[in-house]
Amino acid sequence: MNSHGRPTRPADAEPTRHATFTGNRGLDMEEALIFETGRLDATGVDLEAPAPFSSRLGAHARREAIGLPGLTEPEAVRHYARLSRNNYSIDVGLYPLGSCTMKHNPRLNEKVARLPGFADLHPLQPVSTAQGALALIEALAEALLALTGMSAVAMSPKAGAHGELCGMMAIKAALAARGEDKTRSVVLVPDSAHGTNPATAALIGMSVRAVPADADGVVSADSVRAALAPDVGAIMLTNPNTCGLFERNIVAIAEAVHVAGAYFYCDGANFNAVMGKTRPGDLGVDAMHINLHKTFSTPHGGGGPGAGPVVFSERLARYAPAPRIVRSGDALALAEHAEDSEAFGRMSAFHGQMGMFVRAYAYILSHGGDGLKQASEDAVLAANYIRVSLADLMSAPFGDRPCMHEALFDDRWLKDSGLTTLDFAKAMIDEGYHPMTVYFPLVVHGAMLIEPTESESKASLDLFIMALRDLAMKAVSGERERFLAAPIHAPRRRLDETRAARQPVLRWTSPAPV
Amino acid sequence: MTETRFTKDHEYVRVDGAVGIVGISDHAQKQLGDVVFVELPAVGVKFAKGDSAAVVESVKAASDVFAPVSGEVVEANGAVDATPGLINEDAMAGGWLFKLRLANPGELASLMSLADYEAFLKTLA
Amino acid sequence: MRYLPLDTADRAQMLARVGVQTIDALFADIPAAQRLTTPLPLADGASEIEVERSLARLAARNVAAGSVPFFLGAGAYRHHVPATVDHLIQRSEFLTSYTPYQPEIAQGTLQVLFEFQSQVAALTGMEVANASMYDGSTACGEAMLMAHRVTRRRKAVLSGGLHPQYADVAATLGRMSDDEIIRRPLDPLAREDLAAAIDDETSCVIVQNPDFFGNLRDLAPIAAAAHAKGALLIAVFTEAVSLGAIRSPGEMGADIAVGEGQSIGNALNFGGPYVGLFAARQKHLRQMPGRLAGETVDADGRRSFVLTLSTREQHIRREKATSNICTNSGLCALAFSIHMTLLGETGLRRLANLNHAAAVDLATRLGAVKGVSVLNEAFFNEFTIRTPRDGAALIEDLAKRGIIGGLPVSRLAPGAGLDDLIVVAATEMTTAADRQAYCEALAQCLSSGATR
Repeated sequence: MNSHGRPTRPADAEPTRHATFTGNRGLDMEEALIFETGRLDATGVDLEAPAPFSSRLGAHARREAIGLPGLTEPEAVRHYARLSRNNYSIDVGLYPLGSCTMKHNPRLNEKVARLPGFADLHPLQPVSTAQGALALIEALAEALLALTGMSAVAMSPKAGAHGELCGMMAIKAALAARGEDKTRSVVLVPDSAHGTNPATAALIGMSVRAVPADADGVVSADSVRAALAPDVGAIMLTNPNTCGLFERNIVAIAEAVHVAGAYFYCDGANFNAVMGKTRPGDLGVDAMHINLHKTFSTPHGGGGPGAGPVVFSERLARYAPAPRIVRSGDALALAEHAEDSEAFGRMSAFHGQMGMFVRAYAYILSHGGDGLKQASEDAVLAANYIRVSLADLMSAPFGDRPCMHEALFDDRWLKDSGLTTLDFAKAMIDEGYHPMTVYFPLVVHGAMLIEPTESESKASLDLFIMALRDLAMKAVSGERERFLAAPIHAPRRRLDETRAARQPVLRWTSPAPV
Repeated sequence: MTETRFTKDHEYVRVDGAVGIVGISDHAQKQLGDVVFVELPAVGVKFAKGDSAAVVESVKAASDVFAPVSGEVVEANGAVDATPGLINEDAMAGGWLFKLRLANPGELASLMSLADYEAFLKTLA
Repeated sequence: MRYLPLDTADRAQMLARVGVQTIDALFADIPAAQRLTTPLPLADGASEIEVERSLARLAARNVAAGSVPFFLGAGAYRHHVPATVDHLIQRSEFLTSYTPYQPEIAQGTLQVLFEFQSQVAALTGMEVANASMYDGSTACGEAMLMAHRVTRRRKAVLSGGLHPQYADVAATLGRMSDDEIIRRPLDPLAREDLAAAIDDETSCVIVQNPDFFGNLRDLAPIAAAAHAKGALLIAVFTEAVSLGAIRSPGEMGADIAVGEGQSIGNALNFGGPYVGLFAARQKHLRQMPGRLAGETVDADGRRSFVLTLSTREQHIRREKATSNICTNSGLCALAFSIHMTLLGETGLRRLANLNHAAAVDLATRLGAVKGVSVLNEAFFNEFTIRTPRDGAALIEDLAKRGIIGGLPVSRLAPGAGLDDLIVVAATEMTTAADRQAYCEALAQCLSSGATR
């Protein structure tokens, strides 16, 4: 008979939040920097020394220590596994960052991207040894053209902003071909645009002229006509726009832009809302990037990588950059030199984000045409469901108009609470949610942009709505402290960002000896 | 005697003789929040009224400071360069940005007096 | 559809709550004439089994680098990636998180970025590094633009040892903003006189080391020449492992050091995603592009990390930003950082030494093949050979014999008169047997080619 029992019910003791010796709190663990725990002589990789040989480094051999700490494999695994636990992620919870499209990242896509035939393939192998890779890029390109109704696609841009740059360079090349690149140096950009739009225009030496949106959140054709002038080379318009609205005057805008001799760049960051519902090619768009890491679910990876293929209209197709995939008989080849065509140049070395292409293509194959359309419809439905479910408590800048894939609120409803959008966002962290996008778009005061995506079940949406309703009621009923102190149930409380910016510490340096 | 005039962009210029001391108003520093960095003009640079003359940055915003009047920079405030927080603590005095030798003192008449500026701020609320 | 949780009943209830009859009512803002009424011309959705099968079929039509003796580099290198790296980067919290805009719940990513920046700064011998760029070529282009801002000049000199596609990227950027780009002729022997190309208008001189042809260059005299004219030296590297064996850009006086980080922790991936490394002198910090993670404290005084100096970036500075970059290469930077931590100083030096040893052995063997000469004096793990045959045809012949023998220079630089040159790389992944097989196949190709 076993005579050693143990308690199986909680003891009757009052909990205190005492400090712990380690600073850890159960599963919530502190982790030092590798520079503090690692050693110059520690390594987690067994590499044998080569047989003696005579160096050809000459006078170029490194003489000084580098200063790189090493960890053995178990230590390294623990370091990064622990760090990872301090991150919120889409796998763990609803991640309603408006404009960022945090949808489910299928692991199948990770698996196929790692097939040696894709992952272990060098970009400059003879093309005869990479026919499957070129075929995949071509198949993805064709799918993007089918979805957008456009004429050509440049696959090499590495992310959305890089795609914008690619599209605007093609526009500049087209203007140059007409001898108008010097005279048409202005780009029309609404104030609600992503910051990347004006930054991109500036990169190619164009200046920005703002176009106001109407009170209902969309740009009118009249505003565009009023801003159009002989010095305008292009308009950059996001559609659906950053307020989550479809630019319903887009066809008239495109027409006006074309009549005025300019080009229409569409920021396609929000294309995930309209797959199978409309095609940019039918709307009069000349160039548009597609964020594969948003619309086609390639993982955001804590900030990247992305991929930003750009689709072009017939008017711009010929200026698409190198490389291009070309057919010669049954075989595929690469046209790698811009000089051989009217291509405006090259965006990056090699052929684009192949690893992202494989994932995006797997996503497209998995959904099929119907599934992609359904994904867009579900995303829009979920956003509207949230919108109407919060409308009585929170204020919407553009009234009760249906939204596309994201619901936008402002901070008027917080006006008398003494709380800010940021306070509300931080309180969401304590409820186990990642905050929505805040303070963007800039045109809406204290903006809160909620994008639930199609990946949430109804139960998940309902719980989120109830949690936000509960918080909103607490916010307006004067429970200020919980908001001002928030978050308290997170790995960190609010950070001193002023200090970070006033005395930047951007790398580890060894502490001065005591 | 000194007089302080304000612009609608919330710069001030405090004039003492031929030289004006330029900074941003207390209202402006409150709107901006903690100032973390300033970019000041070099001595000798000439500005026309309304030219972008300096940049004041908080953590989440970068704000151009426009020359309230035309003139040549005769001094930049090294203290705010080293301690940008001075602008938050004392925008109207120790937190000044640069001094201009006025090119056209007549321009001062187009700027607001303190009373006018305070009235203007009320219209913004 | 397995990825969509809503079912028909859910959708009906939600539509009712929204107060519309049909889903199309929510798309009413799309002009009627432009609403798509026909199904998309794409296949129906496919099961996981089917998708896996069709992608495996495509993958099988490629010759994986690891399946043959493999000697190609030229900007992307086949190195061993420890299993730990790929395991850790697939953790949900790293893989499926966004840019760390809410630092309280993103300390994992932020601390990694801080460590990554510290590693890159150490490796390059520079004072500050950012949280990554897209890849080496775009980092190089951004460095040029940064030099323009720092010097307020707009003329860049590109070394003839710079990877031709890197030069193409810089030239494209330059042409689009009316900057002057001086491209020096390709320089296989590293004999160009760059100092003579620098004048009072020059903003920067961009030099790759090891260069495209594998030569090791002393950047110090070029730095001195650039500085004497008020220009910056931008040092480029495409093989990060080399920095474990050769002098760093910082030590030789570079003002900006940029490069490709793929070699550490990242697979070849047919060209992307890779990770651009970007490091500079502290005094030019405000002109740097890209995100920066910095140290601070939280409300409880605990050390924490946060994205900082964001006023340089597009989301705040808009048309006055230092770059338009937003998304970067976060996950690839994580892979780099993990692999670098596993290597440590000791491991990186050993790895570099192994690479150099393999290349020296290969160069010795190839140099002994009749008709083949090695051009380089000093090199790391890559060098250039001259053969009596057209390089492109030779590489095709070798591929038919199951050997990926390197890069014919003519592929990236047609018409440069360098059709007889092949750039060859060896890493820790090439075995002595591989090298022997290469030499034998090359000898056969040359003798059969010679009889044609």
